[in-house]
Amino acid sequence: MIEYQNIFTQVQVQGNPEWGMDDSGEMLQERVGKPFFSTLAGFVGNAQIGPIYLGWTGMVSLATGLIWFVIVGLNMLAQVGYSIPEFIRQLFWLALEPPSPEYGLSMPPLDEGGWYIIASLFLLVSVMTWLLRSYLLAAEHKMGKHVFWAFASAVWLFLVLGLLRPVLMGSWSEAVPYGIFPHLDWTTAFSIRYGNLYYNPFHCLSIVFLYGSVLLFCMHGGTILAVTRYGGDRELEQIYDRGTATERAALFWRWTMGFNATMEGIHRWAWWFAVLTPITGGIGILLTGTVVDNWFIWAQEHNFAPMYDGAYGYEDYGSYEAFIGKEN
Amino acid sequence: MFPKWFDKWNADNPTNIFGPAIAVGVVGGAIFAAALIVTWGNPYQTESMQTGPRGTGMSVPEYNVARTAADPTIEAYYTEEPYIPEGGEELAKDIYENVQVLGDLTDDNFNRVMLAMTQWVSPEEGCAYCHGDVDISEYGSDDLYTKVVSRRMIQMTQNINENWDGHVNAVAEVGVNCYTCHRGQNVPSDIWFNVTPVNEAAGGWAAVQNRATPMSTSTSLPSSALEVYLTDYDSEVNVHDLESRVAGVPGLTEDVHTIQKTEMTFSLMNYFSNSLGVNCVFCHNSRAFYDAAQYTPQWGIAQQGRQMVIEMNQEYLIPLKDTYPENRLGPIYADAPKAACRTCHKGYQRPLQGMNMTADWPELTSSDAPVYE
Repeated sequence: MIEYQNIFTQVQVQGNPEWGMDDSGEMLQERVGKPFFSTLAGFVGNAQIGPIYLGWTGMVSLATGLIWFVIVGLNMLAQVGYSIPEFIRQLFWLALEPPSPEYGLSMPPLDEGGWYIIASLFLLVSVMTWLLRSYLLAAEHKMGKHVFWAFASAVWLFLVLGLLRPVLMGSWSEAVPYGIFPHLDWTTAFSIRYGNLYYNPFHCLSIVFLYGSVLLFCMHGGTILAVTRYGGDRELEQIYDRGTATERAALFWRWTMGFNATMEGIHRWAWWFAVLTPITGGIGILLTGTVVDNWFIWAQEHNFAPMYDGAYGYEDYGSYEAFIGKEN
Repeated sequence: MFPKWFDKWNADNPTNIFGPAIAVGVVGGAIFAAALIVTWGNPYQTESMQTGPRGTGMSVPEYNVARTAADPTIEAYYTEEPYIPEGGEELAKDIYENVQVLGDLTDDNFNRVMLAMTQWVSPEEGCAYCHGDVDISEYGSDDLYTKVVSRRMIQMTQNINENWDGHVNAVAEVGVNCYTCHRGQNVPSDIWFNVTPVNEAAGGWAAVQNRATPMSTSTSLPSSALEVYLTDYDSEVNVHDLESRVAGVPGLTEDVHTIQKTEMTFSLMNYFSNSLGVNCVFCHNSRAFYDAAQYTPQWGIAQQGRQMVIEMNQEYLIPLKDTYPENRLGPIYADAPKAACRTCHKGYQRPLQGMNMTADWPELTSSDAPVYE
C-alpha cells in the first residue's frame, strides 16, 4: 500500500553509466561530462547524471544566454551603485527596462534601453539556437520532431512579446522588462492598459488550454500510476499490444464519463493542449494594441460583456453608516 | 537507502505507524491552525463590504477588529464649544498686534482657538512652539518659522472647508481642522518628499521605478507617482482608449498611453488603496476600470480629493519651502514636505472615522468672519 502514497520514484537503477551509441567512433567527442549517479536525482527521475551532448548549438546557446544573464545582472548591479547588500535586498525589484517610446525602433543610448536591446539580441540567439538544438538532436536520434514543435510554440509567445508585437507597434518600449517583480507589473499593466485582457477571446482560449493541460496531466498521471501493477506503465507497448492495464484504465474512464482516450490518444490530447496554450496566448497578445485597444469595449460591441443592473456603492445602502455596517 | 541494520530492525519489529501518525498529524494540525489564528487573526472576524451589484464581485474585505475598534487618536482629540458673541466685543485684530488671520474673533474665541491649536499640534511645547519663549506682549512677532507656517496652514484649512465640500463633506458634515493631519504631532505623519530618480546608471523610466521605496509602497512600481499626479494641475491619471480601436503609437501620439504610464497610475492607485484601507473595487468595477457607468460614488469623492491635494501642495505647501529650516526639508532634494491621502486618512476610509472636525470650530471653515449658530 505504501508505494501509492509516495511522491518519489520507487525503483532506482544504478550500475555502470550508460554512454549511448558511438557508431562512427567519433560521436563521443561531443558528449561532455563524466557520468555519475545521484540517489537524490533518482528519487524524482533517472539516477544517472550526464554525459551531456552540447554540439555547436548548445555551445552557442549557453554562451549567448550567459551573456544575456550577465548584462541584465550587471545593469541591476549598476542601478544600486555596485552595492552587493543592496543588490541582494532589491534583487526581486530590480530590472533591465526596455527603451522609452521616443526612441521608436532605433537604438537608444546604453543607459536608456541600449543595454536592453543588446541583451535581447543575445537572448534571441540563445533561444533560437536552443530551439534548433532540439530539432537537430531529434533528427540525430531519428525521432519525430514533436518536442521541437512544442518548444517552438513557446518560442512563438516569446517572439510575440519581445519582437513581433514591438515591431508592429513601432516601438521597443512595448517589450517586457527583465526583472522578477517588474515583469509581473508589466503583465498587470498590460491587461489594465488594454481594457482588461480577460475579454480577449484568445486569452480565454489560452486559459482553457492551460487549465485543460493541468487537468489532463493529472488524469493521465493518476490513471497510469493506478494501473502500473498490471504493467500499465509500459505505455508504448500497451499502445500496440493492449493488455489488462489498458482495458481497466479504459473501462474506468468510459464508465465514469462515457468516453475514454486511448493509450496513444491521451498523449495527443496532452501535446495539443500544451502546445495550444502559448499559440493562442501569443495570438491574443499580438492582437492587443495592434488590432484591438480596449478589449472590454470590444467585448461589449460583440455582445459578450453583460451589464449588471443595480447601483454601485453606498448610495445603494441608504447611508454611509449602513454601508460600513455601523448603522444601529 | 537506509543502513541494513535499520531495515532489519524495522522488519523484526513490525509496528502500526498509522495510529501514532494520525494522532501526531491531528495534534500538529491543530497547533498549526491555532498559531495561524493567534498570529494572523480569526478569519471569521472578516466581513466584506459590498460595493457594487451582485455578480460583479465588488467587495472590500475588512477585519471586524479594525472596523469596530475606535481610532486611538479620537480619544486624544481636544475640542471646546465656541463662546457665542453677544455683539460689541472687541475683536482680536484690535486687541493684539499682527493678527493676519482669525482677526474677526472675539478675545475669548481667539484664545480658545489658540489653546486648541496648541493641543492639536504642540501639546508638549505649548504656545512657545510658535511664539517663542517670550513675554505675551511680544506674541505678535513673526520671528519663528513655525508661526509663519501655522498662519498659512490656518488659511489652508479654511480653504479646504470652504472650497472642497465635495471631498471633506461628501457623505456628512465632517470638514477638517489641524488635528485631522497633526494628531498631536508638530509635523503630521505620512507627509512625503521627492525621491526620484531612485536608480543609478539608468535614464528614462528605468530610473524612477523598480526599487522598494516608501514612495512606491515597497512595490517595484514607479516611485514618482505622487510627484507626477499630486503636484501638477494638468496631470491626467487615465490611460485607457475609449474605443475598441484607436490609431497611434503609445507615448508618442497624444492620449495614446504607454504600459509604463499605466504602471505609474497603478502606483498612485495602490497608494490610494493603502491610504484608505480599501481595494480597487471600493471605487471601480475592476473589469472596466475606466468606465464611468461602473464607478461607485466614492470615485467622484476621490477625484475631488486628488484635485484638492494638488491645490494644497501647489498653493500652500510647496511655496513654504524657503520658510522652513533645513531639518524640515526633504532628505534628498531639500524640497518642502507635501501632503497626500494618507496624511489625513491614516489608513482609514474616513479620517478619524468620520468624526465632525468643524462642529465646534466655525472659525476654521471660512476666511470670512465666523458665523456662530
